[in-house]
Amino acid sequence: MLLIHCPYCDQTLPEAEFAYAGEAHIARPEDPSQLSDEEWRDFLFIRSNLKGPHFERWRHVHGCARFFNAVRDTVSDRFLLTYRAGEPRPDLSTPEAAQ
Amino acid sequence: MSQFRIPGKGRVKHDEKVTFSFDGRRYEGLRGDTVASALLAHGIHLMGRSFKYHRPRGPVTADSAEPNALIGTSRGAGRFEPNTRATVQELREGLMCESQNRLGALSFDLGAVNDALHPLFPAGFYYKTFMWPRSFWDRLYEPVIRRAAGLGRAPSEVDPDRYASRYLHTDLLVVGGGPAGIAAALEAARAGVRVTLVDETPEMGGSLLSDPEVEIDGQAAWDWLAAALDELRARGVRLMTRTTAIGYYHQNMIGLCEKLTDHLDTLPENAPRERMWRVRATRVVLAQGALEKPLVFHGNDRPGVMLAGAAQSYLHRWGVKVGERAVIVTSHDSAWHAAFDLAEAGTKIVAIVDTRAALADELRAEARVRGIEVLAGHTVTGTRGRLRVASVTVNPVENGRVGDPRMLHCDCLLMSGGWTPSLHLFSHTKGSLQWDEASRTFLPGRMTEDCHIAGAGRGLWGYLDALSDGAEAGAAAARALGHAVEPTGFAVAHDRPGTGESHKELPTDRRSHRVRAFVDFQNDVTAKDLRLAVREGMRSIEHVKRYTTNGMATDQGKMSNINGLMIASDAVGKAPPEVGLTTFRPPYTPTSFGAFAGYKRGATFEVTRATPIDAFAEANGAVFEPVSLWRRAWYFPQGGEDMEAAVARECLATRGGVGIFDASTLGKIEVAGPDAVEFMNRMYTNPWTKLAPGRCRYGVLLGEDGYIRDDGVIGRLSDDLFHVTTTTGGAARVLNMMEDYLQTEWPDLDVWLTSTTEQWATVALNGPKAREVLDGLVEGVDISAEAMPHMSVAECRVAGFRARLFRLSFTGELGFEVNVPARHGLALWEALMEAGKPHGITPYGTETMHVLRAEKGFIIVGQDTDGTVTPDDAGLGWAIGKKKPDFVGKRSLARPDLVAGGRKQLVGLMTEDGAVKLEEGAQIVLDPDQPKPMKMVGHVTSSYRSATLGRSIAMALIEDGRAREGETVHVPMPDGVVRAKVTSTMFYDPDGERLKL
Repeated sequence: MLLIHCPYCDQTLPEAEFAYAGEAHIARPEDPSQLSDEEWRDFLFIRSNLKGPHFERWRHVHGCARFFNAVRDTVSDRFLLTYRAGEPRPDLSTPEAAQ
Repeated sequence: MSQFRIPGKGRVKHDEKVTFSFDGRRYEGLRGDTVASALLAHGIHLMGRSFKYHRPRGPVTADSAEPNALIGTSRGAGRFEPNTRATVQELREGLMCESQNRLGALSFDLGAVNDALHPLFPAGFYYKTFMWPRSFWDRLYEPVIRRAAGLGRAPSEVDPDRYASRYLHTDLLVVGGGPAGIAAALEAARAGVRVTLVDETPEMGGSLLSDPEVEIDGQAAWDWLAAALDELRARGVRLMTRTTAIGYYHQNMIGLCEKLTDHLDTLPENAPRERMWRVRATRVVLAQGALEKPLVFHGNDRPGVMLAGAAQSYLHRWGVKVGERAVIVTSHDSAWHAAFDLAEAGTKIVAIVDTRAALADELRAEARVRGIEVLAGHTVTGTRGRLRVASVTVNPVENGRVGDPRMLHCDCLLMSGGWTPSLHLFSHTKGSLQWDEASRTFLPGRMTEDCHIAGAGRGLWGYLDALSDGAEAGAAAARALGHAVEPTGFAVAHDRPGTGESHKELPTDRRSHRVRAFVDFQNDVTAKDLRLAVREGMRSIEHVKRYTTNGMATDQGKMSNINGLMIASDAVGKAPPEVGLTTFRPPYTPTSFGAFAGYKRGATFEVTRATPIDAFAEANGAVFEPVSLWRRAWYFPQGGEDMEAAVARECLATRGGVGIFDASTLGKIEVAGPDAVEFMNRMYTNPWTKLAPGRCRYGVLLGEDGYIRDDGVIGRLSDDLFHVTTTTGGAARVLNMMEDYLQTEWPDLDVWLTSTTEQWATVALNGPKAREVLDGLVEGVDISAEAMPHMSVAECRVAGFRARLFRLSFTGELGFEVNVPARHGLALWEALMEAGKPHGITPYGTETMHVLRAEKGFIIVGQDTDGTVTPDDAGLGWAIGKKKPDFVGKRSLARPDLVAGGRKQLVGLMTEDGAVKLEEGAQIVLDPDQPKPMKMVGHVTSSYRSATLGRSIAMALIEDGRAREGETVHVPMPDGVVRAKVTSTMFYDPDGERLKL
């Protein structure tokens, strides 16, 4: 069972307290009616499905109930970092992020 | 005294006899025996029959890797366990055990005909043979052949035992209580680390228990061991025996299965049989040691053929000689020490046959002292003996040529093909393996977890090395935990270091098709099978494994994987690391389902949610049905009524007078805040801005893909407060979805969401008399038709309790839903029952609720919809706020697929014969005479007998269904085609006259 750091509770807790919530940094368009069918399809269904560091959303559903973002390596299944919803997508090439 | 027991020797209690039975015969053993050691003490090697060929087999190990000696054990009703390893099961008073996989007696197994027919059962036999004719599947293959090949029989009774589960947090978990593990635990404990040490056997000590001659720090091995364990206990180390580390999971979570009662004579009251521990360790030391490999030669599976290390264990731990005349055949020095120890104990060592030409001088000298003949550079080409080995044929090998045979008479053949590190747990972590060319074995490579590997588990041999390496691992773990330590050294006398060689199958002078050299004893896989698999095109070791089933039995290839790889890599013509080892997976040893289930069985399998009114339903004979985690009253049978009669009575009573229904399970969410109405506008399809406080509306919730996710009546209590109801099963999902949008898409909205499902008890009153029942109980609001029209909500008091009173209807009748704080739910229900008595008030359950709503064409989300149904498909186009700029799912309603023709639409279905009720889920076709496979145009979603209408009714999703109204469709069923007419879903009171009371 994985351990996950909740950026709101600032605690590292067992995976059973959390729920996965899909890929991160896919914002709902301001005005969906302006999108073409193809653009809307891409928003709804097209996901990156990466091998390696994956930006994704989790919810501390049996804790503070907040949604937050995480970077998880889909090969090792390790969480590289977690951060609050709304914070910018971290640049993984920086030394701090590599920590 | 048993013939093969040496008085006073071993760690068994010679003065404590234990009786048990094997295949119905009583035997006597000693306290501390395993079933295997006790039977061996009586000279019994034959303990089972093999999986495929029914060949006679005896124990080949003395530990949990045992592939052959599998038995069924029993201690009375329900407490039968198949496939237990006789080498692991401790003796207990009255233990009943039986051999497995035999037709008739163990010594004369009719199934052994398979062995004579072995050319018919080559590798991939299942894939080649069980293909055709198809009809043979049911009549021959499954019932006859599958039964003939197999393990023990599964128990048929419910397991009466309890199983427990616990969590454990520890600084350091040491797996394996041999010398390396004990040294690691000592070192870390002395540094102040919180340590847990586990071992799968009943006793800590590992190989030291089988090597009492060794001296550590001036003490005899067993004295040193006792002192070390005392020190560990004194330092607060948690010592867990009979505890197997079954799996190594992410971030140092290790699953431990602790066996608590299988070794006890009598079962303590209420004691759990096993306990599953979920351990989170900051650091882990794996000190699991190494597994001895068999040699692969013709007849290597005969009873009496055993690993040399096992024979040494039987001698020293259990005081049992495995035979009177032993031949040793080995490629590793360790077997020589076993030979010397056995010779000391009085077993005649006929010869030590070593595959190596060059041997250590000390070993030769020791053999000479004991008068043991040494045959260096020899191979084994066969064994003889029907139920026990009686002789072995050995041949010299020179320059790859196998020379003339020589027959050696013996009653046991002790083999050693060297040792392979036990890599199972390390492999669970996805740690990489590294091929060591010098020892021709895999060693642990790159680690993925915070762990250390010590001793024979990483290829070291000899006690000094194991102890020193364990201490270093313990010190390293302590340092990683912030303690400063320098590992202590050890002085070891009479150490037994050694080296060896690795082999594929041994060279032979037999014609290849006449060689039966077993690699996987448990699955009856021979070296020839592996080579055949490669010839037939299997190149990957994973394919070879599955084709031959090598390593796929309950022993998980503990003995067979490495030998299998050596042979496969030779056949493929690549080096072993290029062929690679198959992945080891948890559990390390077979683990009971009970241990995994733990407390989650029966009433505690999962939570049961009960409403505040559940006690009434229970007391009034309700039949219950599960709805998500809730248990809900399904119907209330009276005087021997069946379900159909009860539901018909409940329906008619409600439409004719008044029915009462416990709707407390409805999901309830309070949406509050200055931006509540804006939030509702964005979440639900309907417009909310103009809904006045005190009014309700039926709301539809879509996913962003445009499909219906949930529905429910929503009341506006004030400008900034909505009382949202959801489906019973959808409550948590809807709140999650709302929170998701609120937290991540619209954090600017000032809204609070609160689940109130369990705060309110909800009682629905339906029927023309509903208002009369309620009248005298309501304070603070006028409930007349004029003052409180359909789809209203008011805060008031009902029966003296603070209440939210809704006027709404899920039945088509005049209806009210009374919400009171949950603790008053039962009192409210009783007050309403009392007030309704003069009006014949009738409690009804979920089935009647379903029938009444279907008569009105009201949908149940998840029954009449399936996640691909749009509001328009369901006939709910009217519920869409077309003028709203946006809501969740709005853009998708214009997706090309959702506006295209041919979508399935919800319609009513009336069978031509009203007495025939359609089956829910039945497929619908337009032309029943078309060729198969027919074009299916939809399916039945809801179907009931309607007492009100005196006939059956149904709803269905049908392609272009609304345009087919009036047409006849066909529902092919096993006993004939049912004809039905497509209708509106409004079966009863289509104009809603009955609401206008």
